[in-house]
Amino acid sequence: MGDKTKDQILHDHNNDGVDRRGFLKCMAWAGTGALCVMQGGVLKSYSLSRIRELDPKKMAGELSFVQISDSHMGFNKPANPDVAGTLKAAIDKINGLATPPEFMLHTGDISHLSKPEEFDTVDQILKAASAKDVFYVPGEHDVLNDNGEQYLERYGKGTKGAGWYSFDKKGVHFIGLVNVLNLKAGGLGTLGPEQLEWMEEDVEHLKSSTPIVVFAHIPLWSVYPEWGWGTEDSAQALAYLKKFGSVTVLNGHIHQTMQKVEGNVTFHTAMSTAFPQPQPGKADSPGPMKVPADQLKSLLGITNVNYVQGQQALAVVDSTLG
Amino acid sequence: MKRRSACVAGLTTAVLVALALLLAGSPKVGANTQQPANAEVKIDNFSFTPAVLTVPVGTTVTWTNRDDIPHTVVSTDDSKIFKSKAMDTDEKFSYTFAKPGRYSYFCSVHPKMTGTIVVQ
Repeated sequence: MGDKTKDQILHDHNNDGVDRRGFLKCMAWAGTGALCVMQGGVLKSYSLSRIRELDPKKMAGELSFVQISDSHMGFNKPANPDVAGTLKAAIDKINGLATPPEFMLHTGDISHLSKPEEFDTVDQILKAASAKDVFYVPGEHDVLNDNGEQYLERYGKGTKGAGWYSFDKKGVHFIGLVNVLNLKAGGLGTLGPEQLEWMEEDVEHLKSSTPIVVFAHIPLWSVYPEWGWGTEDSAQALAYLKKFGSVTVLNGHIHQTMQKVEGNVTFHTAMSTAFPQPQPGKADSPGPMKVPADQLKSLLGITNVNYVQGQQALAVVDSTLG
Repeated sequence: MKRRSACVAGLTTAVLVALALLLAGSPKVGANTQQPANAEVKIDNFSFTPAVLTVPVGTTVTWTNRDDIPHTVVSTDDSKIFKSKAMDTDEKFSYTFAKPGRYSYFCSVHPKMTGTIVVQ
């Protein structure tokens, strides 16, 4: 379990922009499980083993939900020959959480090859979760060959355009974005003008005190453009969110946890439930990373998010599968 | 009766002319291309190798995906002259370049992956 990690405050700094040192430290802990809480404009990170020492009331709040990502159902290469098994382990982990989540977000790459049977398998496995509602956004692996038609048919009811939408839960406004379609040669993820226009209108009438959660597959911040880990027009999307006091951006795609705080925005990426990918630039390519079998589950995981009314930011907790 | 046989005669003539043209033309075609050329592009570590490939007109280029992740080969022009389906590990895609020119392409799943076929 995540208890292997040392008890240690990872970093604690003023929320005055990008703290490169703190950011890198958080990166160094990728995959081992970290808890980042922002209170009164100060970001505090703890290793997972400290969670028990913290006041549970601060952790459990009005709203608790879980993010899972990159289940890549259908993948069967050496990096993980049993992605169904690790997804089931993730669901077990979710069902064992002290505060049962109200719903789940799946931030894309549900399937590996967009095959109907891959989506069917994930749907079947997720039925065992205590949280029944799942909100999806597509990954590039979910929209292969058909420009996302099958994805829309399966998961896109009530969404706009290529599958973007918003909803409210206990005063928190959630925005699901699609940045994996119509990609241009040489470019990164793309939201496109139609989606940006929709988003601008979507948040226009919200009070600036409304906590915002944005979720999309490819990171909405520039993690490592050399590997395509970023979104061309994310700055435009974030500009619409400037007036809000608390914005949490949840992404997948890079199969490891990373966190960055920039002004009012906390960016966070989740682990995959299928296979890990290398740290930026630490390998020839971002392809699946083969690790010894007994280490695999320590690099896969889920993200648990808690919202406490009156507190400025949402608490984001990553936990590994083993 | 008479009319029909005239018609048949006309058709026969047309077929003969066509055959003659074909026979006259075929040695020329053979002399120009000798035998159909093939060339390969490998997909490894999220890149096309070679990134720029120069081939003679008529060459069939075959891309092979050797990654654990699916990739595509899609020409960057608006009409998408060539466009593969997502290729899983070890799957291939071929396209025959009949006209000279510079053909840029990319992987529509990982758009940072780009390549060019120069046809001379």
